[in-house]
Amino acid sequence: MDLLGPYGSDHSSRQEVIRLERVSKVYRTGAFEVAALRDVDLTIHDGEFVAIAGPSGSGKSTLMHILGCLDVPTAGRYYLAGEDVSTMTEDDLAAVRNRRIGFVFQQFNLLPSLTALRNVELPLAYSGAPRHERHERAVRALGRVGLADRLEHRPGELSGGQQQRVAVARALVTEPALILADEPTGNLDSVSTRDVLGLLQDLHDSGRTVVLITHEHDVASAAGRVVNMLDGRVHQDADTVEVWTR
Amino acid sequence: MNWLDTVKTGLDAIRSHRLRSGLTMLGILIGIAAVILTVGLGEGAQAQVRDQINSLGTNLLVVSPGSVTSGGIRGGFGSANTLTKADADALGSKMVAPDVAQVAPSTQSQGTLTVGSSNWTTSVVGTTPPWAAVRARKIDSGRFLTADDENTAAAVVVLGPTTSQQLFGAENPVGQTVTLNNVPLQVVGVLQSSGSSSGTANNDDTAVVPYSTAAQRLFGGNARTSVNAIYLSASSSGTLSAAYQEVQNELLNLHHITNSNNADFTITTQESLLTTANSVNKTLTVLLGGIAGISLLVGGIGVMNIMLVSVTERVREIGLRKALGARPRVIRRQFLVEASVLGLAGGILGALIGMIGSGVLPNFINSPVTLSPTATVGAIVIAIAIGLAFGVYPASRAARLAPIDALRTE
Ligand SMILES: Nc1ncnc2c1ncn2[C@@H]1O[C@H](COP(=O)(O)OP(=O)(O)OP(=O)(O)O)[C@@H](O)[C@H]1O
Ligand SMILES: [Mg+2]
Repeated sequence: MDLLGPYGSDHSSRQEVIRLERVSKVYRTGAFEVAALRDVDLTIHDGEFVAIAGPSGSGKSTLMHILGCLDVPTAGRYYLAGEDVSTMTEDDLAAVRNRRIGFVFQQFNLLPSLTALRNVELPLAYSGAPRHERHERAVRALGRVGLADRLEHRPGELSGGQQQRVAVARALVTEPALILADEPTGNLDSVSTRDVLGLLQDLHDSGRTVVLITHEHDVASAAGRVVNMLDGRVHQDADTVEVWTR
Repeated sequence: MNWLDTVKTGLDAIRSHRLRSGLTMLGILIGIAAVILTVGLGEGAQAQVRDQINSLGTNLLVVSPGSVTSGGIRGGFGSANTLTKADADALGSKMVAPDVAQVAPSTQSQGTLTVGSSNWTTSVVGTTPPWAAVRARKIDSGRFLTADDENTAAAVVVLGPTTSQQLFGAENPVGQTVTLNNVPLQVVGVLQSSGSSSGTANNDDTAVVPYSTAAQRLFGGNARTSVNAIYLSASSSGTLSAAYQEVQNELLNLHHITNSNNADFTITTQESLLTTANSVNKTLTVLLGGIAGISLLVGGIGVMNIMLVSVTERVREIGLRKALGARPRVIRRQFLVEASVLGLAGGILGALIGMIGSGVLPNFINSPVTLSPTATVGAIVIAIAIGLAFGVYPASRAARLAPIDALRTE
């Protein structure tokens, strides 16, 4: 565990993975405008395990989508590993999403017509890995999440917890440096929650940067740092769980 | 993602939505089969008429009594007895009409042929030996009329194949005797069928006798001198219009008519028949083509609809694929493969059904269907184009969305 905290001197030697500068996001629906993010500044270093917390509607998911290059900010700058995301082309962004980021959604988002194995192979197919390598790595990733015996099952034939583990396998199969998870345990029971969080903890232990949205106290306590959102702003940012508010 | 993967992904998607893919293909299939059949019907009808006209003879001119521009007291087309054997004889002179190769006056009347207890009513043609050549008719067995028959008003007859069949069955009638208006006639030959299988039954149901026999021994009254038609052949297709002029001038002369607008006869050429037939057929083809076009359009709208629904339904899938790192190009390609496989499969199946239909249909509607490669290929191309336009366009629009917007759509 990092004793010096996110702002400790130790971090200056670590590489910046994520830097947001005055990032805002405004949703327009007809005549209405919703400011989901307002001037958010946030820096995350390599190898951190960050929990993002905050009440419903505070902008957590919006923030996560921007971090995952799934959405673009209305204003402000986002540097990913020092590179300004707004200058990237569509193809660059596709490559970033494919190789550098693994995203775990609350609703799993597996393709129902494909088997677990084929779902996990998808990111590798888009990265152009040869067929046999794709298969090997997908099998290994599914083994890592404990589903070695469910390769040929379709999502409809798996439990929610198993589906989310397939999704985690899909997120880690390309060995990305950054894992983003938006309430990955929101739809799971306590046993499955423990499984999935254990997997994320393992990924962090193996040196990856993990950012996780959660509503749960003990989940946040497992992370080294908690970012508390309120009303589209970073309300609190600390390395202890004592700041946890509900 | 390489092309092989893309094709596999596209095929997987088609397979996992069997019903929808089937319906899409059905729309294309029906449209294409309809185009092939209707265009085939139009072309088949056109070919049939062309065959019929060509089977009348080559470089043929037909002079009929009466005038289509009937003025004054003159009767209508074909009703007046204004043509005579003398007219025909005059046209046979090389001095008068150098570009006319052969002349065959013809008088025609219904008559009942009797053999023993069976009889058969047919069209009896009295004509001269050149008739066979001018009308492009051949002899199946026996011989045709000769100059001798004509000169001696011989009691002989040449039967059409249908007539022979009706009176004698499969038996060879040559040498047998048939009775017409109490005159016994010896059968000397049987004509070949006029060739085109296309309902030219009239040409095959006939009895041909020498003109002199018809005039002097079989029919009385007007038939003695007047003729129903004079068939002429020009010496070549290049001299057809010259022959036309010569015939017209000579007949005007003989009939003492100065203004050709008042002519009491009408000359029809094969060419003018073809032109009329073609213009009628063009209308038919346009009409059929229009119907085919509409059915293809309706099929196309069906395809559009299903492709649009299919893509809209899969915007989430597109969003997810983008989130996992698919480039827009790859997504466009996937839907391109899907749409063209559907379009091509539907197109080929439609072409097959169209071809089968064009083989089967003539048995039911007694009308030939000609397969048109142009229409077939054109229809398939249009089907694929429709699939592409309405499958790939919405897909590539979805591929341009931010992944999260695509993922959020319901
Ligand atoms: N697509 C959208 N269009 C319009 N408004 C949106 C859209 N997505 C989110 N919002 C609004 O933006 C604000 C932040 O939403 P967001 O989903 O980021 O919240 P959240 O913190 O993830 O909430 P929860 O904990 O319930 O998931 C909310 O007020 C929401 O209504
Ligand atoms: Mg959320």
